[in-house]
Amino acid sequence: MNVARRIIPCLDVRDGEVVKGIRFRNHRVMGGIIDLAGRYAAEGADELVFYDITASPEGRSVDAQWVADVARVIDIPFCVAGGIRSVEDARKVLNAGADKISINTPAVRDPALIDRLVDAFGSQCIVVGIDSVITNGDWTTRQMTGTPEAMQQTGYRTLDWIAEVIDRGAGEIVLNCMGSDGTRDGFDVAQLAAAREICGIPLIASGGAGTAQHFIDVFELADVDGALAATIFHNASLPIPNLKKSLAAAGIGVRPC
Amino acid sequence: MSTVAIIDSGGANIGSVHFALQRLGVEAQFTADPAVISAADRVILPGVGAAAAAMAHLQKHELVGCIRALKQPVLGICLGMQLLFDASDEGDVNCLGIIPGQLTLLPGGEHIRIPHMGWNSIRVHHDSALLDGLGHESWFYFVHSYFAPLGEHTLAGAVHGIEFSAIVQKGNFFGVQFHPERSAQPGARLLHNFLELPCN
Repeated sequence: MNVARRIIPCLDVRDGEVVKGIRFRNHRVMGGIIDLAGRYAAEGADELVFYDITASPEGRSVDAQWVADVARVIDIPFCVAGGIRSVEDARKVLNAGADKISINTPAVRDPALIDRLVDAFGSQCIVVGIDSVITNGDWTTRQMTGTPEAMQQTGYRTLDWIAEVIDRGAGEIVLNCMGSDGTRDGFDVAQLAAAREICGIPLIASGGAGTAQHFIDVFELADVDGALAATIFHNASLPIPNLKKSLAAAGIGVRPC
Repeated sequence: MSTVAIIDSGGANIGSVHFALQRLGVEAQFTADPAVISAADRVILPGVGAAAAAMAHLQKHELVGCIRALKQPVLGICLGMQLLFDASDEGDVNCLGIIPGQLTLLPGGEHIRIPHMGWNSIRVHHDSALLDGLGHESWFYFVHSYFAPLGEHTLAGAVHGIEFSAIVQKGNFFGVQFHPERSAQPGARLLHNFLELPCN
């Protein structure tokens, strides 16, 4: 048996609560951080990602206190994203107990930050998040997606940016396909398969999960290492044990719940 | 109540080992003091980051001789396990030399991504009190790019393209390539087993 494909609930955090928007707008409160994290760990989630969606646009870094609270309670790995702009920001979050940190906007503004983080902590805990959307027939990146007012185009071709972050030593990429985010119409398999072609490090699909079949498709057709989702887990429309049973029945290697 | 020392090996994210022991009712001491480490009933050598930086940290705090001389149960976790071996290709560094062997880079391949990151099951080669209640169906969380080869000190292997040492033992020194502190119930069971090992 090789390494299992990962199912990763994503918790967008704002002011200490988990929220979720549609296409990055109109956020609704979904529950408390610790309650949801504990529930997902008990249900068989393989990993959790916490995005502090307001930290980057507001120019502040992640609050280490809730990170430590999560680390104390849950016994599966978790990654923290949002507002990490320096080696010192990352150190604070990792020392609080996060297993990985994910950077997005700060990496685009200062790509050498990836190198500095890898030198300080090793590739294994440095994730680069990429928000990507199709523009004029090509995939391009966006930054500061936490609030609509702050959103900007970054001017990178997504596939060029993926190659660069791998070259700089990133240990994992989360590719968030914004066209499908929050729609529950399925992952952007075409874009993820194109990313997979050039990505020899772990690649995580994000955006568009609605049914178990969507997960089967993205694992079979885009060969991603993990798939991330929020809404369907938050509202319990696709419980993780049911999802993993469907994946196992389709012949996809998952960790049993 | 027996005492547990967690060695400060210089990396970040040492907190999660501490929290995992707290969940088992044990308050460990996090320390780089050789006297505290030598006096503890059990010692954990965690590690996140690169082998060369961790060895430099242990040398700076004069911990190399201290660790090699320990007679109580010692558990190396992830990089801490790798440091138990002779040497690592990561930074071309000599390690603690407690277990024979050299760490090398995992070969990637089709469907085989490096780092090996995620949950994997183990293949038990030799029974041990550390594996009490654990077996082929136990899944653990791995994050690493370098691997220890299979050898006479392998208790269990895991497969990521090739099979490598997932759990090793030589005398009172144990090592796990995965993160038991982040491996849900099987990880908690392994840490519990370590805390139950007889100490000298």
